[in-house]
Amino acid sequence: MSSDADIRSGQRFIGARQEVRESYWRRLDWVLLISALLLSGAGAVFVWSASRADLASEDPQYFLNRHLVNIVIGLGLALLVSRLDYRLLRAYTPLVYGASILGILLVYTPLGATIAGARAWIRLPGGFTLQPSELAKVAIILVMALILAEKRDAEEEPRDRDVLLSLALAAIPIGLVLLQNDTGTVLIMAAVVITMVAVSGARTRWILGLLVAGATAAVVAWQVGLLRDYQIARLTSFLDPESDPTAAAYNATQARIAIGGGGIFGRGLFEGPQTQGNFVPVNESDFIFTVVGEELGFVGGVVIILLLSLILWRGMRIALNATDLFGRLVATGVVAWLGFQMFENVGMALGIMPVTGVPLPFVSYGGTSMFASWIALGLLENVRVHEQS
Amino acid sequence: MSERSTLRLIVLGVLLVSLVGTLLARLFYLQIVAGEEYRAQAASNSTREVLTPSVRGLILDQRGRPLVANRTSLVVFVDRSVLMREPDDGDAVLLRLGDALGKDPKDIGERLMPCGSEGAPPLPVCWDGSPYQPVPIAKDVAPETALKIMERRDEFPGVTAQLEAVREYPAPFDANLAHVLGYVGPVSQEQLDEQGDSADPARLRARDLVGRNGLEAEYDSALRGVPGILTLAIDQAGRVTGTVSESEPVAGNYVVTHIDAHLQAVVEQSLQEAVKQARSEGNKAPTGAAVVVDVRNGAVLAMASFPTYDPKIWVGGISTTDYERLLRTKALSSNAVQGTFPPGSTFKVVTTAAAAREGYDLYGTYDCPADYTVGSQRFRNFESAGYGPISLAQALEVSCNTVFYRIADELWLKAGGLAANSQSPDPVAETAAELGLGQQSGLDLPNEAAGLVSGRLEKLQTWEERRDGWGADAKSGFAEVRAKNPQLADYYTALAKENCVDGFRWRNGDAINASIGQGDTSITPLQLAMTYAAIANGGTLYQPQIAKAVLSSTGEVVQEFAPVVRREIDVSAEALEFLRASLSGVTYEGTGRIPFEGFPLDRIPIASKTGSAQVFGEKATTAWYASFAPADNPKYAVVMMVTQGGTGSGTVGPGVRSIYEALFGVSGDTVDVTRSVLVGGEPSDALPVVRPDGTPVTPDPQPGGVLIDDTTTMDDTALSGAAPDGTAGTEDPTSVLGDYDPYGDWDGDGIVDEQFDLDGDGIIDEQFDLDGDGLLDEQAAAAAMGVSP
Repeated sequence: MSSDADIRSGQRFIGARQEVRESYWRRLDWVLLISALLLSGAGAVFVWSASRADLASEDPQYFLNRHLVNIVIGLGLALLVSRLDYRLLRAYTPLVYGASILGILLVYTPLGATIAGARAWIRLPGGFTLQPSELAKVAIILVMALILAEKRDAEEEPRDRDVLLSLALAAIPIGLVLLQNDTGTVLIMAAVVITMVAVSGARTRWILGLLVAGATAAVVAWQVGLLRDYQIARLTSFLDPESDPTAAAYNATQARIAIGGGGIFGRGLFEGPQTQGNFVPVNESDFIFTVVGEELGFVGGVVIILLLSLILWRGMRIALNATDLFGRLVATGVVAWLGFQMFENVGMALGIMPVTGVPLPFVSYGGTSMFASWIALGLLENVRVHEQS
Repeated sequence: MSERSTLRLIVLGVLLVSLVGTLLARLFYLQIVAGEEYRAQAASNSTREVLTPSVRGLILDQRGRPLVANRTSLVVFVDRSVLMREPDDGDAVLLRLGDALGKDPKDIGERLMPCGSEGAPPLPVCWDGSPYQPVPIAKDVAPETALKIMERRDEFPGVTAQLEAVREYPAPFDANLAHVLGYVGPVSQEQLDEQGDSADPARLRARDLVGRNGLEAEYDSALRGVPGILTLAIDQAGRVTGTVSESEPVAGNYVVTHIDAHLQAVVEQSLQEAVKQARSEGNKAPTGAAVVVDVRNGAVLAMASFPTYDPKIWVGGISTTDYERLLRTKALSSNAVQGTFPPGSTFKVVTTAAAAREGYDLYGTYDCPADYTVGSQRFRNFESAGYGPISLAQALEVSCNTVFYRIADELWLKAGGLAANSQSPDPVAETAAELGLGQQSGLDLPNEAAGLVSGRLEKLQTWEERRDGWGADAKSGFAEVRAKNPQLADYYTALAKENCVDGFRWRNGDAINASIGQGDTSITPLQLAMTYAAIANGGTLYQPQIAKAVLSSTGEVVQEFAPVVRREIDVSAEALEFLRASLSGVTYEGTGRIPFEGFPLDRIPIASKTGSAQVFGEKATTAWYASFAPADNPKYAVVMMVTQGGTGSGTVGPGVRSIYEALFGVSGDTVDVTRSVLVGGEPSDALPVVRPDGTPVTPDPQPGGVLIDDTTTMDDTALSGAAPDGTAGTEDPTSVLGDYDPYGDWDGDGIVDEQFDLDGDGIIDEQFDLDGDGLLDEQAAAAAMGVSP
């Protein structure tokens, strides 16, 4: 990205303001947007199905209503982000980064809350909670894209210094999230970081080094007891859930029963015995895929996976067609994030990934996750809109 | 943009595609390949069944009178698994419970033991149900007692009391019917295991009661019904989240029987009177049976067995005391269906039919000497003196043995004598089989005995089964018997030896014995009734049936049981006609005459045959009276027998008369069909009506009917008819001691009590060498084995 390009886009911005406004809706990736909307809409149904029986005496629509509000907010955030000026996006990056670090640190103040063994939430007034680590994913993507794409438009690969810097900046939020015991998010962040370093064109040794480092870290953490027993239990119980009496194993077993029992066409919406009987814990958020699998069966599960894949494919296209490295890296980071998070979430429900509490993008209940997903979508659309034709 | 970047982006794409592929493959595996298994797990995970027990169906008599009904009872249950957690294995609880219920704590303890566990009493006292189910230990508990138990939970851990539907026996006319009705008991673990995993709502469940014997067992699936099942969806905390499905209980169907309760009561009463009569004459008369069948369709109208018991003792589980008494009195099994007895002279109809089939002239003249000699052995007449030349009909009337001895001997010789092999004809045995003797009749009750008919093949088979045992016995020399009675031991040894060596030979002595229903021949009273029914109805051997139909609890016909013809017997119509005529002659002027003196035989001719069968080791003969009536248009066959009861005519004849009086409405010399115990004088054609609320419509109280209390006439008749008057031809052993009467006086020396030592030498032998071959008879050997140590 040259200064010329900046000027060109600036000229276009100033001189052809009308044109940009007109072309915004035209240039928007509608397939991407509609896929996300369909997923969120379907997610609302699943959240309703999963939660309506949970609170027999309270408002059965509690989760549904909040979920719908979250979708609307998320959609607004996405449109906002997608319309931001590209350069402003870069300018805001340090701000976003700083804010997310602050947010994660707030978790350790009395405002913080522990949910499902992870101290990852901040209480907000009105009963709302915020999960800063979700937003930290956005910060990591933006800051890494900023550093890795900086000052080297003409060069083949990012300088080692820049790679190192970007890794260091990413390591701060990742380390903090790790301290919160949010293993699932850490894994996804790590995958995003490695993918972005790779796509930035950094030398191969960086990628190999990161993979080796990651693997070593995992083994060391395991061996020296950095991971607590329950974390290990969560991570390994999926291999043989029947042998393990812990809660994580129970979740995995019940999830498998729910999905396995769904068959080809499922039990029918609101008819899944596992779902309606609350046998699968947190099935409105982390285990929402069990609702799909049980009530809509193989067909429903495939549709949801394909809708998510559609988002990944459009994201991939946007990354390929991006006119500058920053845009490509942002899009790549988002695709890696959504892709790995989907795999981790669905894989967990299907019993091929460890039970770590990550939500299914666009589908799961959870405000922060929903906002983060839509912000990610907004980033993709932003890159897309600013593609040079 | 560098190529490396683009390339790596594409690698990312490929990676993502493979991840998505992995998810889809796993989804396919879970939902489509392994789906069924998970579906089952989900089902057991998330639903609970709440059962509303179905009401077990009633058993009705042919008029709709309930023979078995239901009532509620406060039943006390003990959960053994809770009891076993007590420090003293619940001994203290049992003591307190025994005190509260007024029962022996040991008795309660025994009822709790799972069958087969160490120290458990035998079935059915031990707990045969699922080991995890509470065991019912007391029924009809007073509400105060139940309340006391329920209030003091800490003193009575694992003890509960609840209202249960239990069987009730309304016993119309005091009809007992215990052996026909059977009883219910807890479903056994084997039955549950056998059933396997079943989703059938009618499947057996751990706390179900099932029929264990009699009609209750035979028609269990019809009677049981289907419980109402409320399937609740429950959540992971066990809270009910909704209703998955709901079904109303379906009450069990009603089984309508051919039994007429009023007739049944008369039959039971008559049988008891017969036993009483026999005992009053000094006979042991331990057991007896009586059967009434409709010869036109095989319907069993009444069936009684003596001794009997009160079926109520099974309700809520039987106690050790009751069960031991049942065993001691041998009241548990039906002598009509499960007991087999030598038929004696009632078997002569078979020999007659066999003779007809072999071309003997039914209207010819036959010599009836006082004895019949084969080789060195004289076979004496049994029920009559020597009559000289008589007709075959007269031979039946006076029950002349020697006529049948001769026929049997001639048939034996004709078949090849001792040279005959297993392929040779054996007309008497074959005719017996043709007439349904020695084989299960197919009655719709469990555990029917087949019995046995003596014959060449039968003898060979018995020998093949038992010769090793005989051989071993001969070698052992009966040491235990020898210690007490060396002569008896010698005799047993010689007998065993002979049997082992020679016991397969069908000798003419065997054939002669078989011709009068002796030897190994042993049949059930029901079989004999069906045989007589076939003779009566012109040759149709029916399968006897107790159940007439199955109705729903609201009265719709579910199933009607049509008469089942086993076969048209291969006996000529002429021979059957001859038998009917001759047998009615038996009642007019033969051995069956005395009990029917004064009976209006002109209007209701009775065809009958008496029998007094000897059983080895028993002093008094087994008394039989087999009959059908009216002889000219037969409707009913009636058979009654009492073991060690004396003579057929004297002991059971009066009972049979009582039954016919009740059937035809006979009082003194008058016949009034309206006084018949059968409403309208005939078995009911129609099925009983059941009201929509499930209550059957019954014809009672029936004006003008013979009430069961009104038995004085029958009683008197029975006793007077049997009174010994010394008349020739009577079967009474105390009055007839002629040389034709081998009973008690084989050697004709006028001394009765010698049957085991006929020649007075102190060795029991002669009577067991009927074939005169100098060797002891295998018939006696069979019995001797039973007596052996």
